[in-house]
Amino acid sequence: MNYWPLLGVAVVVAGFVLRRNPVLVVVVAGVVSGVAAGMNPGDLLALLGSSFVNNRALLLMVLTLPVIGLLEHCGLRERARDWIAGFRGLTLTRFLASYLGLRQVLSMLGLTNVAGHAQTVRPLVAPMSEAAAERSVGTLDETERQRVDALAAATDNIGLFFGEDVFIALGAVLLIQGFYAQNGIHLEPLTIALWALPTAIAAFVIHALRLLHFQRWLERSSRARQARRGADRC
Amino acid sequence: MLKIEYIYWLLGAFLLVAAVLNLRERRRAMAGFWAILACPFLFGDAILAALANGTRWPAQAMGVGVLGLGVMAARGGLRVQADDEAMQAARRDAASRFGNRLFGPALAIPLVTLVLVLAAPYLRWGATPLIEPRQATLVALGLACVVALGAALHVTRAPLATGLSEGRRLLDALGWAALLPMLLATLGSVFAATGVGDAIAAIVGAVIPTDSRLACLLAFALGMVLFTVIMGNAFAAFPVLMAGVGLPLLVLRHGADPAILGSIGMLTGYCGTLLTPMAANFNIVPAVLLELPDQYGVIRAQLPTALALLAVNVALMWWLVFR
Repeated sequence: MNYWPLLGVAVVVAGFVLRRNPVLVVVVAGVVSGVAAGMNPGDLLALLGSSFVNNRALLLMVLTLPVIGLLEHCGLRERARDWIAGFRGLTLTRFLASYLGLRQVLSMLGLTNVAGHAQTVRPLVAPMSEAAAERSVGTLDETERQRVDALAAATDNIGLFFGEDVFIALGAVLLIQGFYAQNGIHLEPLTIALWALPTAIAAFVIHALRLLHFQRWLERSSRARQARRGADRC
Repeated sequence: MLKIEYIYWLLGAFLLVAAVLNLRERRRAMAGFWAILACPFLFGDAILAALANGTRWPAQAMGVGVLGLGVMAARGGLRVQADDEAMQAARRDAASRFGNRLFGPALAIPLVTLVLVLAAPYLRWGATPLIEPRQATLVALGLACVVALGAALHVTRAPLATGLSEGRRLLDALGWAALLPMLLATLGSVFAATGVGDAIAAIVGAVIPTDSRLACLLAFALGMVLFTVIMGNAFAAFPVLMAGVGLPLLVLRHGADPAILGSIGMLTGYCGTLLTPMAANFNIVPAVLLELPDQYGVIRAQLPTALALLAVNVALMWWLVFR
């Protein structure tokens, strides 16, 4: 067993801890790992090039940018905020918990690409979350606004990951089934998929509770800010 | 038949437009960056086909391009464009003018994708499916973007050039973060090809006390998380940990239920995905898209949920797999 390629992992860990530019860290790690495994430069370059091409589907979200850019130029984010601000009884917790549930259900049905950070979070969910938060606590300061946005993105990820593959056997389930089949254990995809349900429910409950907790924090933080401002005025 | 390749060509063309627009403003480094990135989309199938026929130079040239992108990304910093008050006022003005009609094109992306995915099995010309079945969701997303752009141009009465230059503004703002997901997946392939996974599995297998069910289960669960954090992808971690710990120790030796172990084991890996900058498309790209100053801001927001779910998953496996 050649343990030297693990140096590539060490490069990644060190690079992220030292907060170097991630792109450079990744390229260096790949080269280190390849050299440590004793690959010659020609093979390593061909491996880098062909893997890069094979993974190009990951950049598909760039196609949404002209639409989103144009609509934002014409005030989409502002409109999204105003629209949400008009709903009575809507809070940040209720809004994001509904989005979480919707995203989980879509993901369970295999519709993972219909929402996402470029498609829905930046143009719609993030400004709407800000507006929903401002309904209950008044204007957000910069730190609060950033935490609301980060939470909107986190909610999208959690809904996507922990809904995936419950009812329809896609990527992950087929990978699991394929692994067992290679090792002589034959399973129906659905028997694997349904066992994702307990975790999906737990994910919804845990994250919804955290959203509630965050809203409480936001209310405390804004009250403290207003109290400070009041004190300054006196 | 509509193949994913056509969607890739469209994407490559947009990257070339971004390169040309940057070149006209004499931002040569940015122009070069997008031009190189256009190559896997414009020539991807040709590169892979040549490699399959034993012609290695196109793939090697792409490899040189990857190294070049890495160096260029490291030299150029991220710039978030200043948003002046005149622009804000103009946007608010436009927002009140267009009103809720702006939502139509934005929602068209998810809705058209949804309809096309559901309809894809029935869209046929004779015996040929109209949408490449293996890549139906990606082709649907690509088509939805085209439809939505048409709708957006119609609603806002803006020329196509505005759409392209606004898209390029967002692309420039993303900068190297746009590239990171592809590069990390590439690194995953390199790690797999150089035997990093086997080395880690060998170490994990050598350290844990194999007689204890709990120790094996914890090694499997934490190994899934750790390996996912390193690789940025639970799919890469699963076969490694399954072959090293899950199958020989938990299933064959301690009689764990394979279906439950596989399913919840994979979801345990997803807890790791929430924690790692290596999963750039989920954790770093949104931080840049939302203009957060802390590039780990999204990970921070996910951390408590991920750790709580990890505990839940371990408990679920402990109760369920050894029944």
